[in-house]
Amino acid sequence: MSGGVDSAVAAARLVDEGHEVVGVHLALSRMPGTLRTGSRGCCTIEDSMDAQRAAKKLGIPFYVWDFSERFKIDVVDDFVAEYQAGRTPNPCMRCNERIKFAALLERALALGFDAVGTGHYASIIKDDEGNLELHRSLAMAKDQSYVLGVLTQEQLSHALFPLGATASKDFVRKEASERGLTVANKPDSYDICFIPEGDTREWLRDFVPSSPGKIVDQQGTELGEHDGHVGFTIGQRKGLRLGRPAADGKPRYVLEIRPKTAEVVVGPEASLQITQLSGERYSWCGRAPERPEEFFDCEVQVRAHGDTVPAQAAIVEAELVIKLKEPLYGVAPGQTAVIYLGTRVLGQTTIDQTTSAEVAVV
Amino acid sequence: MPVFLDHAATTPCRPVALQALNGGLEHLGNPSSVHGHGQNTRAILEDARDQVANAVGANRSEIVFTSGGTESNNQAIKGIYWAQNRKDRARKVIVTAATEHHALLDPIDWLVEHEGAVAINVAVTNSGMVDLEDLEQILSSRSDEIALVSLMWVNNETGVITPILRVTELANRYGIPVHSDAIAAIGHVPVDFAKSGLTAMSISGHKVGAPIGVGALVVARDFSPVSLLHGGGQERGLRSGTMNYPLAASLGAACQEAVSDRVERQSRLKELRDLIESEVLSAIPSAVVTAEDADRVEHSAHLIFPGTQSDNLLFLLDQEGFSVSAGSACQAGVLGASHVLVAMGHSEELASACLRITLGHTTTRLDVERFIEAIIKIHAGALVASQSTQSAN
Repeated sequence: MSGGVDSAVAAARLVDEGHEVVGVHLALSRMPGTLRTGSRGCCTIEDSMDAQRAAKKLGIPFYVWDFSERFKIDVVDDFVAEYQAGRTPNPCMRCNERIKFAALLERALALGFDAVGTGHYASIIKDDEGNLELHRSLAMAKDQSYVLGVLTQEQLSHALFPLGATASKDFVRKEASERGLTVANKPDSYDICFIPEGDTREWLRDFVPSSPGKIVDQQGTELGEHDGHVGFTIGQRKGLRLGRPAADGKPRYVLEIRPKTAEVVVGPEASLQITQLSGERYSWCGRAPERPEEFFDCEVQVRAHGDTVPAQAAIVEAELVIKLKEPLYGVAPGQTAVIYLGTRVLGQTTIDQTTSAEVAVV
Repeated sequence: MPVFLDHAATTPCRPVALQALNGGLEHLGNPSSVHGHGQNTRAILEDARDQVANAVGANRSEIVFTSGGTESNNQAIKGIYWAQNRKDRARKVIVTAATEHHALLDPIDWLVEHEGAVAINVAVTNSGMVDLEDLEQILSSRSDEIALVSLMWVNNETGVITPILRVTELANRYGIPVHSDAIAAIGHVPVDFAKSGLTAMSISGHKVGAPIGVGALVVARDFSPVSLLHGGGQERGLRSGTMNYPLAASLGAACQEAVSDRVERQSRLKELRDLIESEVLSAIPSAVVTAEDADRVEHSAHLIFPGTQSDNLLFLLDQEGFSVSAGSACQAGVLGASHVLVAMGHSEELASACLRITLGHTTTRLDVERFIEAIIKIHAGALVASQSTQSAN
């Protein structure tokens, strides 16, 4: 129970379904500025109080559990290390993978619980043979199946997502209001929970050391300088400060970040066009395809609320290789690619390598 | 019906206190008013003052009613510090111990951060006792700079008793005022303010069986702390505000009863506390009694369970229907390591693996026997549960 309206309504529905529910608020961040002031919908004292009030309203016990130490190691340190290596991490996936459905689940099971329920918009469906499948929620605009793409069959068997069948967030808010939950009108949380004020760029500058270096084109010609690669993302156009325009007058975009040489590579939009993704840190979300080494049709999504593009995927030499039938622009190594079969989440991989129409980028 | 074994956090309102409160509420009149109505409620207030004074061995004029222990501690620390510092600017040192309650440490921290005060912590032994030799050394080496000494009479977490008379005897050689947070002492050990040598002493109502919202600061007649509140100048100018005679009456009644039934109650509770310690240690050999070697109060059991975490223990016991506690929770509800145990030299890990079980005037033998069963039952699960919060690496 984060203190937000989704988890409050999720808890309420589970109580109605007859489960023995206990509300738990996770204390995750020790960053100054998060446990102290204001409320942006996640993890402040105000949120903890809101969660407690909601639990009281539902008549369920409420506790605050401290996972801040493990969160720092498994999520925050990973975040920093990825940026340092020139990649773009997804901390929400790591949190689901290592904290919410791992550390928290382990502790819950050890303390006698059967499952962890959350307010995620996603659905778990059992197929004819009793295997569990993760599907998108009915409310497409709010669908969060993407960030749950890392879950295994075992984890799914101990997870409950009561909001999956709701058509929209408005319905959830309305329900909260009807149930007398004061969080009904609380704004949604956004940005990264452990970065106060939501200024990722500044946080990165403060916490991730990176050396100044050169901005170069794809041929290696020096075009300018930068004061640290963490200020850049793949696909970025603004803030490059290159001085001279490109020969063709068109805008240039960040194509690649090379922390080892402290170089940032820029080039035309066409070079941002990605036609293939691959990664060795992949997992199947439930039942794997029968013959995973043969390319099969699917759709791939690379952002939490991004569009999907049709693709073909297969396991090739221990990597999940995804060939895009339509190009994607500005995909960074470190991001997660989640593959879908219709509404079903089939699996995911952390992207190690992207291949543009022209050249491979690692 | 859950079993309450957390009397150090708060304790049920004694029937006499509730009666006194209700009785007081039925009277009308501002005790400061000249007329008959005021005189009537003033009498209720003053009767209460007598009761508290008699209960703690103080003169009636030394009792100042407050809203509770935290206010009393704040008034004592800040009031005495400012009074001393004004008389002599060189006096900026506050001598205390790292084992004190936050309601005492935090006002000191505030004075350090905002008023240029300097805090010196007396060493504490591994058993949680104040090191009197260290205190003597601090007093003698910095006698001209010390504004006050503040050391609690009984530690609210470990139950360790401080030999207050020895402390005041040392401090009084240098004319340094001593304050003591006696909140966990009243009704548990003999407290006689007049004989204590103290300049001030804090009392909290809801720890002795009065409602939450009332306490007292006992201040020696010859000392004038600077007041926190300014207004009507009530309570010797130390506590402006319309006097809360119903709550004062409840505090008076509770103190009187808590002190008069102390010997019998503590003797009864000692037997039950000793039973908890012996049974638990026998069933869980890895468990340790905190401050075993120290002089401790008889109704409190503080135990360390290596390999577990306090919040898992509390959760499991709560689910079994037992209310106990450990350390203190921050405002966000997160249970931290006990700062008292850390001050005693325990690791953060062990200081996060403890339980405080405190018995009170309503505790029965059956409560205790059931608790013993429960803690033994849940201990294994608590060991397993604690592994998940450690890193997977």
